[in-house]
Amino acid sequence: MVLKRTNPTLYYLQRTGFYLLVIVITLYLLVPFFWAVLTSFRKSGDLFLPPAQFIGAASTFGNYIDVFANPNFQKGLLFSLIVAVGSVVISLIFGSFAAYALGRFKFRFKSGVLYVILAVSVFPQIAVLGGLYTLISNLNLYNSPLGLILSYLIFTIPFTVWVLTSFVRDIPGELEEAALVDGASPLQTLFQVLFPVMMPALVTTGLLAFINAWNEYLFALTFTSTNRTVPVVIANYSGATQFDQPWGQIMAASIVVTVPLIILVLVFQRNIVSGLTAGAVKG
Amino acid sequence: MTTNATPKIAAPVRRRGIEAARARQAVLLLLPTLIAIALVAGYPLYRTIFFSMFEANLTNPDQRTFLGFGNFWFTTSDGIALGFLQDPKWWGAVKNTMLFTVVSVFLETVFGMIIAMVVNSAFKGRAFLRTAMLVPWAIPTVVSAQMWAYMYNDSFGLIGRGLLGGQALLANTDSAIWALIAVDVWKTTSFMALLILAGLQSLPTDMYEAADMDGATKWTQFWRMTLPLLRPALLVALVFRSLDALRVFDIMSVMLGNVNAASTSMTGYARQALIDNQLLGMGSAVSIAVFVIIMVIVVIYVTAFRVKFD
Repeated sequence: MVLKRTNPTLYYLQRTGFYLLVIVITLYLLVPFFWAVLTSFRKSGDLFLPPAQFIGAASTFGNYIDVFANPNFQKGLLFSLIVAVGSVVISLIFGSFAAYALGRFKFRFKSGVLYVILAVSVFPQIAVLGGLYTLISNLNLYNSPLGLILSYLIFTIPFTVWVLTSFVRDIPGELEEAALVDGASPLQTLFQVLFPVMMPALVTTGLLAFINAWNEYLFALTFTSTNRTVPVVIANYSGATQFDQPWGQIMAASIVVTVPLIILVLVFQRNIVSGLTAGAVKG
Repeated sequence: MTTNATPKIAAPVRRRGIEAARARQAVLLLLPTLIAIALVAGYPLYRTIFFSMFEANLTNPDQRTFLGFGNFWFTTSDGIALGFLQDPKWWGAVKNTMLFTVVSVFLETVFGMIIAMVVNSAFKGRAFLRTAMLVPWAIPTVVSAQMWAYMYNDSFGLIGRGLLGGQALLANTDSAIWALIAVDVWKTTSFMALLILAGLQSLPTDMYEAADMDGATKWTQFWRMTLPLLRPALLVALVFRSLDALRVFDIMSVMLGNVNAASTSMTGYARQALIDNQLLGMGSAVSIAVFVIIMVIVVIYVTAFRVKFD
């Protein structure tokens, strides 16, 4: 502000530079996505047009109609939903039990358990891929959404436990003590006293775990053959011939699976940032 | 005296009883999680280690021959190298993954820092930018890989045809790895920026006012105050991002196909041996190598920077 009086030229130069930076950042963040949205509304014949004409070309919903008529994609959406919801629900239930124990109870090996959970959350998935494959085929769960739900627990459970534990620790102890004095059992305390307080944390954690499960690719590619989830369907989307990549449809399918996520993320913006920082930044 | 003594002795006994009961309850509460982790992480990890010592086929794991470390290093009497550590393609995958990790994590940190600093300062449109920041992060990796594969396309793409005039960036492994880095940087810079921004917002503002009074330039303030104070948050973010980058597979698989992913990503190489070639023993051995490499890097990070996770 001082600069505005002493040296207005420099001040306005700085301001202009700053806003240029803002514009560059915004373009960088949004243009690839914008381009995908645009492509999803263009006819395949128009994809050859130079950018300026491409932007102005006629719009069509054809790609979306084709994508939703594609049985693989329909099934993919259904399986993705089943798998992501299934693994998130299991993780939230198991995770809140574990988080309650880790955040509120004193017992031996507590830090040991925390370290094991942290270690599992940084496991490279490939380290268990072979073992999980034999396990899943022994249980006859190959190509079944149940097999994927089971395998996704390897990253959803450690994540939910870790984030929920840090939330449980921040809940004031008086609430729980009052319940204990009234003779409530630990499960009653958890469900009737802590759950209502933890609701925002559960929503955030569940949402982040859902995003991870919805986006997972390696396990989905490996443990299923026909019952694909959407990331695998999109990765292998093929056109009429092998050499003809239907980019318009691929982009339409991409937008369909991405837009719900973007809406969820924008709605729960604040919670997500706090969830991420609770999970990662505990400097 | 005697009447007074009884409650004094009884009280600790009862408290110990309550504590023991609490400990038992805690174990019960932890049980589902521990069983699930043992089932989906512990047992498969044990199986992977076990099979890394054997020659076995994925479809029939019960028929196996013990090899010891033969999957890692073995030369036949004819001088044919069979161990994967003797395979130049494996070392190519390691080199590419390392290059990918170092460059992308470095760029993400720098860009993330710039974006976080911009969003943290007061200007019109700040709320919009903070929202826009979340968009790349919310996009599934496979989707962003397809989006960029389309932009890199030499006959349609905004970059491949528009900027480069019809070069097939992804067809050549040397240029492909840089194209993949660009995708990862775009996708995850937001994550870095979010974490750094959270760190920035927890810094005390009066400290900066004091520094302004003392005549410290913004540049000095950044290097002498902001960066040292952000260090803990930054390091944890760095560890998590490095781990993610080291196990990268989806970007390579989507943009280059599974065959070329095997020469650009460690996970891709392991998966090709394990699933595409059905070599359970060899694939497990490679998986263990990937696991060891990543764990060694984690230990180096944690000890060198004394990262605290809790």
